[in-house]
Amino acid sequence: MAATELSFYDRISDALAKPEGQLAISAGAKAKYDNRARAMSEFPSMEITRDRARSIRAHTLSQLDKFLAEFADNVEALGGHIFWAKDAQECNQYINEIARAKDVQLVAKAKSMLTEEISLNQSLETSGIDVVETDLGEFIVQLSGDKPSHIIAPILHMTREDVGNVFNEKLNVPFSDDPATLNAIARTHMREIFLKADMGISGVNFGVSESGAICLVTNEGNGRLISTAPRIHVAVMGMERLVPTLGDLSIMLQLLARSATGQKLTAYSSILCGPRRKNEHDGPEELHIVILDNGRSEILGSALSEILYCIRCGACLNACPVFHSIGGHAYGSVYPGPVGSVLSPLLFGDPWNPLPHASSLCGACKEVCPVNIDLPGLLLESRSQQIAKGKSPLLMRLSQWIYAITSCNPILFGLALRSGQVVSRLLAHDGWFTTLPGPLQGWSVHRDFPALAKKSFRQLWDKPSQD
Amino acid sequence: MTKIKKSIVQLLVTCMVDAIRPQVGTAVKTILNNNGCEVGFPKQQTCCGQPAFNAGFLKQARAMARHTIDVFTNTSGPVVVPSGSCTDMIVHHYPELLKSDPVYSSKAKSLSKRTYEFTQFLVDKLGLTNVGAKYNGKATYHPCCHGLRNLNLVEQPSTLLDNVEDLEQVALPCAEECCGFGGLFSVRMSEISGAMLEKKLSNVEESGADVLIAGDVGCIIHMEGSLRRKGSNIQVKHIAEILNGCD
Repeated sequence: MAATELSFYDRISDALAKPEGQLAISAGAKAKYDNRARAMSEFPSMEITRDRARSIRAHTLSQLDKFLAEFADNVEALGGHIFWAKDAQECNQYINEIARAKDVQLVAKAKSMLTEEISLNQSLETSGIDVVETDLGEFIVQLSGDKPSHIIAPILHMTREDVGNVFNEKLNVPFSDDPATLNAIARTHMREIFLKADMGISGVNFGVSESGAICLVTNEGNGRLISTAPRIHVAVMGMERLVPTLGDLSIMLQLLARSATGQKLTAYSSILCGPRRKNEHDGPEELHIVILDNGRSEILGSALSEILYCIRCGACLNACPVFHSIGGHAYGSVYPGPVGSVLSPLLFGDPWNPLPHASSLCGACKEVCPVNIDLPGLLLESRSQQIAKGKSPLLMRLSQWIYAITSCNPILFGLALRSGQVVSRLLAHDGWFTTLPGPLQGWSVHRDFPALAKKSFRQLWDKPSQD
Repeated sequence: MTKIKKSIVQLLVTCMVDAIRPQVGTAVKTILNNNGCEVGFPKQQTCCGQPAFNAGFLKQARAMARHTIDVFTNTSGPVVVPSGSCTDMIVHHYPELLKSDPVYSSKAKSLSKRTYEFTQFLVDKLGLTNVGAKYNGKATYHPCCHGLRNLNLVEQPSTLLDNVEDLEQVALPCAEECCGFGGLFSVRMSEISGAMLEKKLSNVEESGADVLIAGDVGCIIHMEGSLRRKGSNIQVKHIAEILNGCD
């Protein structure tokens, strides 16, 4: 993924300058958060299931090589093709080659953040192939030339009016902001795409090692259509997205739907085993599963490997007060929110280093994670790795050392307190500072800062009468 | 009055209380004294190191953790802290930070085991539900994140506040949402922090309370600093100040 021209801080300012967009995001995320909470409260074995899910993820990743090999063997035994892609380029090239060899003109896509990660659409379009997103939200994003702002709800940042305007402008239909009317317009437009497409491209929610099956979940049925109607189905899977058995899959599906949208199960959960067999009437003639690394094997075994447990439910985004405030676009990554703040610097490099700092470490994300990823812990780990590599401003390093040296020496600490008291006496008004100097300005832009107390607690302790 | 044997507790007052809001420390000391505890205050204590730890400066955080451990290792009795966040640092992060330190790993664990947040100590260790406080006001309580999520401080503050005479309590909408303080986050990501703060304060206003209670001085000065700038009459108090009955 390429870095955008604006810095993270500029994007934050931009996002905060659009109150309507922020309201839509915050209301949408809050509704999902509440739905999740309700679904979980009606799920008596939630904590046990969550522990089980976490141990399944840990177990799978601890022997990922074994499970990947088993999965690949089983896919091939079912008649599917496996391609191991090291990075975005290899993946896109492979899919382009198939498209060229099989004379593919039109691709129908199901929603996949992984294909966003590698900019697959752009790559295919450059080769002259038409690509249509068939998930309603992604379709709207594509029509409006926008980017998804949430991993589950791509148009979280848009209002009904926005969608009406996009349809009016791009599909040449009368303006409406009625969801049923808008759905009907999209359905009519999409039906033709499903029937005409030569190739369907999807992600993979989970691959099942023991059988070589892949599981796709959607709420619109488009995943099922694009994986059965076109003659070729290409599924792009992150190398970590495996479960060992179908039993494990059932645990994951129960948590995924509840965590993402508050549903007990998504409307369509398709488990696909290989391409069309003899005597079968539907299904693709060819199935290609691309297993993509793109930086994941580097994360595996590192201090941040727990981030690979993620099943992309989006619950941490919905719970995150930072995400509520700035929305997904400000992160400048396909993966926003707490999970994105850990993942993005790992997958996309240094330009995303400020993201892990955009957290108050409140822990709301960890509370809702279906596989109990210690997201605040990973954000801290990510920060400390940056510091260990010297990736922090000199002034910050210097002030941290001064602060540490002072705090390790009670005499210096006492002196610092007294100096603070003198400064407070001279410069604070009525017990408060209204502006702070230099890098501390950030504080005083939004709030006053209290003057130091005339007598610190340690001084009062010595002479309690001065209380 | 029968004389009961006083048990000794150590006060880790936190640097914020020490420098900015010493009356919180005084309130904690008074309440502990009133409930049979002799309070020690090791004067070598400084800062627990959380700001360095949260910013990723682990070397500095370790140095401060070792200093704090040294200060309290030679004292006896439970360590009481009027901050959920600093308690979380000592209880959960010290042992992790120093796990490979041959000298300090066991010391960190033993300090972790005897450290308690103030309301947690009153309710869970002293078995108190009512400290005999009186406070006339309409109050709402903001549960600070680290205390809430990492120490599960839910029952303790609510039990103690429920028993404060004359204190009317009103619900805070979206109470569990972070106020946006987050230490250095409030400076480094000040725009986001400011937006979170606005949201929190509009919920506080919606609650109709005239006093906002919280358990961490960091969050308190963050919210108070904005209320003051807006010219609001809402007061912000540390829970110890309320429990000490200072109107």
